[in-house]
Amino acid sequence: MVPLEWYIGLSAVIFIIGVAGFMIRKNIIIMLMSIELMLNAVNISLVAFSHYLQDLRGQVMVFFIITVAAAEAAIGLAILVSLFKNKAAVHTDEIIEMKG
Amino acid sequence: MLPKLFFGYFAIVMIALSLAVITRRNPVHSVLWMLVLFFHIAGLYLFLNAEFLAAVQIILYAGAILVLFLFVIMMFNLKEELTAERFIGEWPIGVALGISILMLMFFSMSKITTGPPGQYTIEAIKAETHTKAIGKVLYTEYLFPFEIASLILLIAIVGAIVLAKKRG
Repeated sequence: MVPLEWYIGLSAVIFIIGVAGFMIRKNIIIMLMSIELMLNAVNISLVAFSHYLQDLRGQVMVFFIITVAAAEAAIGLAILVSLFKNKAAVHTDEIIEMKG
Repeated sequence: MLPKLFFGYFAIVMIALSLAVITRRNPVHSVLWMLVLFFHIAGLYLFLNAEFLAAVQIILYAGAILVLFLFVIMMFNLKEELTAERFIGEWPIGVALGISILMLMFFSMSKITTGPPGQYTIEAIKAETHTKAIGKVLYTEYLFPFEIASLILLIAIVGAIVLAKKRG
């Protein structure tokens, strides 16, 4: 039997890789993919908890997270398409209208 | 012993694949590594007796979301991307911040105390099949969140069309 902590550790490592990818990459598409990575890491830990606590609520939660991830990907990519139509830019340092 | 070896293979390959996803220069390569990663996650779900979620993972993530990403990548200029700088100038700060959050997570992990186990043991799920069991929970206890999820999907459809259509 694999201990529960191993799954949580794996989930934490993948989540942090997603966080780091979101912070250090310039390309917006890769940043959106890092968000998907983080959501998947959370899903792994929810399924592991669901298995070890013998309760299906965690898996129902994963179902909802997948729904939200699909909606988020669709909206994010639509924003990206309209951004690309207006500016032809996908790098975060080329988008400086708001002087952030 | 064998389950631990199996988990070790999955853990090492999944960490390597997620590192490949965030470091590749070509976004198409990133998407393809992510596809392999999603198949591994589906395998891990099977290992955890969640076969419905494994199927959903492959159909929805690998089949729908990644194809959406590939479609959008087709629209922009890959030649420019291949010569541009990949990371922001302050990337060591980002990596250090990530590692410090990871340390925090690992220190707090030793304090995990799980709650009492529920009623869905492996035998109970086996007796009524996994999809049926998860459907029962979803459509009774979580009916209202399920409706909200459908509303979120509707908003996503309308929002995507409004954002992406031509002005005028």
